[in-house]
Amino acid sequence: MNKGNQQALEFFIPKSPNDLNGAIYFDTGISAGFPSPADDFMQQRLSLDSELIKNKEATFFARVSGQSMIDAGLNDNDLLVIDRSLSPSHNRIAVCFLDGEFTVKRLKVKKEEVWLQPENKNYKAIKITPENDFIIWGIVTNVIKKV
Amino acid sequence: MFALVDCNNFYASCERVFNPNLQGKPLAILSNNDGCVIARSDEAKSLGLPMGAPAFKYKTFFRDHKVHVYSSNYPLYGDMSRRVMRILERFTPDVEVYSIDEAFLKFEGFENYDLETYGHEIRTTILKWTGIPTCVGIAPTKALSKIANKIARKFPKETGGVYIIDTDLKRLKALKWTPIEKVWGIGHSLHKHLIKNQCKTAYDFVQLSDLWVRQSFSITQWKLKKDLEGISKIEMEQIKNKRAIATTRSFETTLTHLTDIKERISTFASSCAEKLRRQNSNCHMVIVFLKSNRFKTQSKQYRASTIVSIPFPTDSTLVISANAIKAIESIFKEGIQYKKAGVILTGIVPSYNRQLQMFDHEDPRHRPLMSAIDRLNNKYSTKKLKLANQDLKRTWKMRQAHLSPGYTTNLKDIIKVK
Repeated sequence: MNKGNQQALEFFIPKSPNDLNGAIYFDTGISAGFPSPADDFMQQRLSLDSELIKNKEATFFARVSGQSMIDAGLNDNDLLVIDRSLSPSHNRIAVCFLDGEFTVKRLKVKKEEVWLQPENKNYKAIKITPENDFIIWGIVTNVIKKV
Repeated sequence: MFALVDCNNFYASCERVFNPNLQGKPLAILSNNDGCVIARSDEAKSLGLPMGAPAFKYKTFFRDHKVHVYSSNYPLYGDMSRRVMRILERFTPDVEVYSIDEAFLKFEGFENYDLETYGHEIRTTILKWTGIPTCVGIAPTKALSKIANKIARKFPKETGGVYIIDTDLKRLKALKWTPIEKVWGIGHSLHKHLIKNQCKTAYDFVQLSDLWVRQSFSITQWKLKKDLEGISKIEMEQIKNKRAIATTRSFETTLTHLTDIKERISTFASSCAEKLRRQNSNCHMVIVFLKSNRFKTQSKQYRASTIVSIPFPTDSTLVISANAIKAIESIFKEGIQYKKAGVILTGIVPSYNRQLQMFDHEDPRHRPLMSAIDRLNNKYSTKKLKLANQDLKRTWKMRQAHLSPGYTTNLKDIIKVK
């Protein structure tokens, strides 16, 4: 991850919440007097919510059950952050509803075919046919794991 | 132009998002204590399952018709509702939440928009982001948007869930199609009176003379008539929602401090709670909204609303007020001149538990007591509440044999994926 053997920690500066798309505008007003010297130093505390959740209204959570995606770093009991507003596309990891069950797999789109690719060599890829009861429920954006 | 966005069978749809196996199957949601049916899926409706059906009487019906029965999961419905409403706010700054599952949108300055396409976009976005299907009715007035919505709902194939009344021809057709009792705000007694006068459809109603309507009824019905004629007269809070109780007011002067606004909200909440008790009901949800003065265009504009769900049904001023305060704190922003606020109670169910109602009678001596308690309540929020609140005892007594998990409100309950 880091260049060479240099150990480095990366620090993140808080982002302004971006779940306010268009609805609200920010300004500090134009005042004729002396500007508040504190304005420049106004920062919010780091928020994991704003880092992990880009679209609050469309974000849901799920718990991984099983081993089928371990090579993608999704282990049993991990917490998934799912964004339903993202469009499904090739290579994205998606939560799907397949024949009565929720499942998480990597989407593989080949021409007209859709495959659900597990990330564990002991599992086989699943080809989606019209006979399947199939919904792409949402796109996985983050995995949260306990260590 | 206005739009009414209404979620289809909202409670049933919420359950289906997290349990897609229920798609296409009959579904019934029961009131608190699993008493009676308060919501149905289309499939359950077409089986002839009536609204309000007592659950114990319909046990064999449920079994014979394979009806999936659920206890009401208000935390889930409240959260999903909040998501839908927030999404709507992205489409226009003017959103007025009408109940847990419907909202009016006002489109001012949207002249260059193709509103029908816009309506489809609203519908698709809500469906994709939350999984909740909706219908959108668009028209020049609120009363007509309500009718347009009914048309969209009734003819999903033809309309794709969106219908716009944008010509006089469409308006007249819609009015003729709408029976008078289905017109927004036509109550039961009014309906009888109108039928007696050979007024069977919304179209017949519009044919009546303004003078007659004003003399026989009231200004509200006259405004309704104008609205149906395509002349916008109805502002938001003028027609009572049977499924909600509201107290909304403009402030005498603009307010900027949270403490002042909290005081107002607390008063509104008390008055809502009084109305609720008067009709022997409980509520599950508190909607609160706050607006700046939209006519003062030079000052900063802001409007927001939010929904808090209460896990147990209540008619207690204390509980309702505390939740309203909690809600207003979450949407309040500094530096705005506020002009109007309101409290709306929704998720209304009949109260079964008549005993122990502290403020059942409107004894004038209760007023000072109530406001004193409410003031304390503002200061100490939940702690004091627990002391006085008889509802808490009901939480563990409540029967919720068929409760679905708190998919969005409890980390232990989130969906499992393999």
